[in-house]
Amino acid sequence: MLGPHRQDWTGNLQIITIIDAGIGNPSSISNMLNYLGVDVELVKSPLSGKRYSHLVLPGIGSFDSGIKKLNDSGWSQFIVENFASSKILGICLGMQLLTSGSEEGTESGLSLVPAYCKKFDSTRLRTPHIGWNRVEVLKKNHLVHESDNSQKFYFSHSYYVHSENAEISALKSTYGEEFVAGFEIGNIMGVQFHPEKSHKFGMKLLNNFSQL
Amino acid sequence: MNHFNGRIIPILLHDKRGLIKTREFQNPVYIGDPINSIRIFNEKFVDELVFLDIGKTRDELGPDLSLVSKIAEECFMPLGYGGGIRNLNDAKKLFSCGVEKVILQSAALKNFGVIKEIADFAGSQSISISLDFKRKSDGRYELFSRDKKIHKGIEVEKLLTEVEKHGAGEVIITSVDHEGSMSGYDLNLIQKIRSLISIPIIANGGAGKFSDFHEAFEAGADAAAAGSMFLFIGRLRGVLINYPTDRDQEFQEYVK
Repeated sequence: MLGPHRQDWTGNLQIITIIDAGIGNPSSISNMLNYLGVDVELVKSPLSGKRYSHLVLPGIGSFDSGIKKLNDSGWSQFIVENFASSKILGICLGMQLLTSGSEEGTESGLSLVPAYCKKFDSTRLRTPHIGWNRVEVLKKNHLVHESDNSQKFYFSHSYYVHSENAEISALKSTYGEEFVAGFEIGNIMGVQFHPEKSHKFGMKLLNNFSQL
Repeated sequence: MNHFNGRIIPILLHDKRGLIKTREFQNPVYIGDPINSIRIFNEKFVDELVFLDIGKTRDELGPDLSLVSKIAEECFMPLGYGGGIRNLNDAKKLFSCGVEKVILQSAALKNFGVIKEIADFAGSQSISISLDFKRKSDGRYELFSRDKKIHKGIEVEKLLTEVEKHGAGEVIITSVDHEGSMSGYDLNLIQKIRSLISIPIIANGGAGKFSDFHEAFEAGADAAAAGSMFLFIGRLRGVLINYPTDRDQEFQEYVK
């Protein structure tokens, strides 16, 4: 099912590229984007020299296993070398892989964002954090435009993004304590929740991303 | 969408006829085509959906991936699937189909190790364990299953501990006695399970009205599931798929 074709200012066909490195579920994201009428492609390994205008990095699973698969697919190197020319959206583990690392594992992340992933304190909080939660907009960003009280997203995680630099956080959420629910630094964006599973709210976000 | 502090989750049962609904795990009533029903729930912005394929063929053949893919395509909310999942391989195929959570029962009871394998592969939040309980005359609970098997000799306390220890993200606790009754959850059961584990609990079996959800949360559940309540309307149980919306007046009383 192809939607109306979008073109960027040069007349090139706008396609959202979903990184299909075996660490997440591209089909749910692709499903929602298709529904929005956005063209989507799933790419297992990047073609060198190619420019991908929009990259979505999904992620489910453990940090170390995720980063290893991303490395093996060639995407880690490609992203680190070419991030200036792509808009990148990391989702859930995908967002976490963009940071420097996680308490969950020993491997390094892509370190494109000065943040680190910590574990929720399971002695105090019901872990994993599974369910719908609100996000608060801390600074202007392209993904979520306002702190709308009825707007909720679906979270499903045991680890969260934390940064010593408060400036990093564009979207804040609270589960026991506050954590980074979304960041946007230049072209690099990440959300801890699953827009592809947050129906109308997620559709709005993915639509915003695809319009960039 | 709902304003309760916990998720409200429709549970759909399926066998070779299509969607069905049982009462105390017996006398299945035909509800309708799964895809159409799920489409309706999707349009109503449900928090999450659980789909359990309880047809006998699932035990031998494993999950019907073609059906699951079609269902997942209709879901812009999280989808949990259970029914015939035997091992990590089955789980991987389901994740590829677009399922967020795999729900295991028999395979996990046979071998707790499969829980750990799936949790290690996809994270704890991707695996839920579904456990069904019947209350005995002495007030204690025993483990039950839809093919009328009573799992003798399995100590409930030890079982829950093992399930959590092996990395399950949450448990779905169903009261067989209350299932289909719409007369309220088995709150004792929820409290009992709550005292044994620290991972999220989805209460199931008996929901009939909104205050039942509140009681389940008070008793220690993190999410409340319902079958009959979202499938039937009225005393005569006409089939009508429903789910509370913000506009529902009665619902507003419980908005926090």
